[in-house]
Amino acid sequence: MVPITLTVNGVKHALEVEPRWLLADVLRDELHLTGTHLGCEQGVCGACTVLLDGRPARSCLTLAVTASGCEITTVEGLAKDGVLHPVQEAFWQEHALQCGFCTPGFLMTAAHFLENNPNPTRSAIREALSGNLCRCTGYQHIVNAVERAATIIREGDSHAISQD
Amino acid sequence: MKPPAFQYYQPHTLDEALQLLSEHGDAKILAGGQSLIPMMNMRLAHPDVLIDINGLTELTHIKETDQGLAIGALVRHYQLEQHPLIQRKVPLVAEAEHLIGHPAIRSRGTIGGSLSHADPAAELPVLATLFDWELVVSSAAAERTIPAREFFLSYFITALAPDEMVTGVRTPSHAHAGAHITEYAVRAGDFALAIAAASIVLNASDTIQSARIALGGVADIPWRDPDFEASLQGQSPSPSLWREVGQHIKEAIDPTDDLHASADYRRQLAQTLVEKALAGALERAKLAEMKGRQA
Repeated sequence: MVPITLTVNGVKHALEVEPRWLLADVLRDELHLTGTHLGCEQGVCGACTVLLDGRPARSCLTLAVTASGCEITTVEGLAKDGVLHPVQEAFWQEHALQCGFCTPGFLMTAAHFLENNPNPTRSAIREALSGNLCRCTGYQHIVNAVERAATIIREGDSHAISQD
Repeated sequence: MKPPAFQYYQPHTLDEALQLLSEHGDAKILAGGQSLIPMMNMRLAHPDVLIDINGLTELTHIKETDQGLAIGALVRHYQLEQHPLIQRKVPLVAEAEHLIGHPAIRSRGTIGGSLSHADPAAELPVLATLFDWELVVSSAAAERTIPAREFFLSYFITALAPDEMVTGVRTPSHAHAGAHITEYAVRAGDFALAIAAASIVLNASDTIQSARIALGGVADIPWRDPDFEASLQGQSPSPSLWREVGQHIKEAIDPTDDLHASADYRRQLAQTLVEKALAGALERAKLAEMKGRQA
């Protein structure tokens, strides 16, 4: 076992991990943050996407030991003080989920995308989401939701993404 | 699907990493992990030893040199996409990054990893071949450079010895202004069925001074034919010349059938993409020349 530290959603954790443990499994099994989902475990489906030092990353392709010392944001870290993140709010309003399995990955990918692209076109949204698979919705409502989230953020109806 | 157990090392210096590599027979270098970890999760790879180089800050540089650029092996895709020196000196690299995987992949994957993995359908090996990059390769005993066209040997096989790793890349100064890359993938971010990249330098008389063409996804290594390129020197660029070039390359390549596309379809794609890459490169070469005259 190897000692590591992970700062997850602003909280620092000291952990002992086996080198072969994936970041996704450590988040789920050790920290009990089960919002991060594991779909394909080969970097294709995007369900396990988290923010690693502020950038989206596949937590199924990252060893927890490699992530030691990093800041990680999971889907549990999106809502602040009981207020949904604009992307979460918009997914709810636009019915952008059915079974919900892929949703955490979409939320993290979209939240990061909108930080850098406040006024995206639909085709840019589609490209940004191309690394996340959804087997239920047919994607239309997800694209709608990201468009709506962009509007919410621009109008400042809700709390802004980058408070830090 | 989880990786099998391995011995794990996290060296703090390159020397330490190379020493570990020389001591352990079945060791793999872990950089971004975007190819190695899926292979381990699927148990296609089960190295005894993993040497995690993510802490080696000495491999994260992007520097201008007398010869061109020196890029550390640990520079990640998103940095190649965004770094001002890359955008200015090798703009096609920044442009090609949009074609590589997805944002989450580009956050982690590295230039050294992409080249060492040697997937013939990946973009960076194609650009390395097009622009004759040199790969800086080190072992505990020595450092050497390998020209890109001697580095890729076959599918996922390179000229690296077991105790060697890629520590950096040198991109020679080259007229980059007239270059273009295009590819076809079924979904954005997928590996392309075929990739074509071209670069053109014009003479003052607007004939071709030099033309380069490289393809990905059509052979076991990135495809290029300098003898054929030489035959284009002095010719006047035109859509009909590009058609002839596309036709020639369609017949010169020998792609294989696989799950994703037939060999015939890949030939047709290659022909179309070569024409597009050359037309795009010419447009940019002309634009660069106009700007040069105005300056």
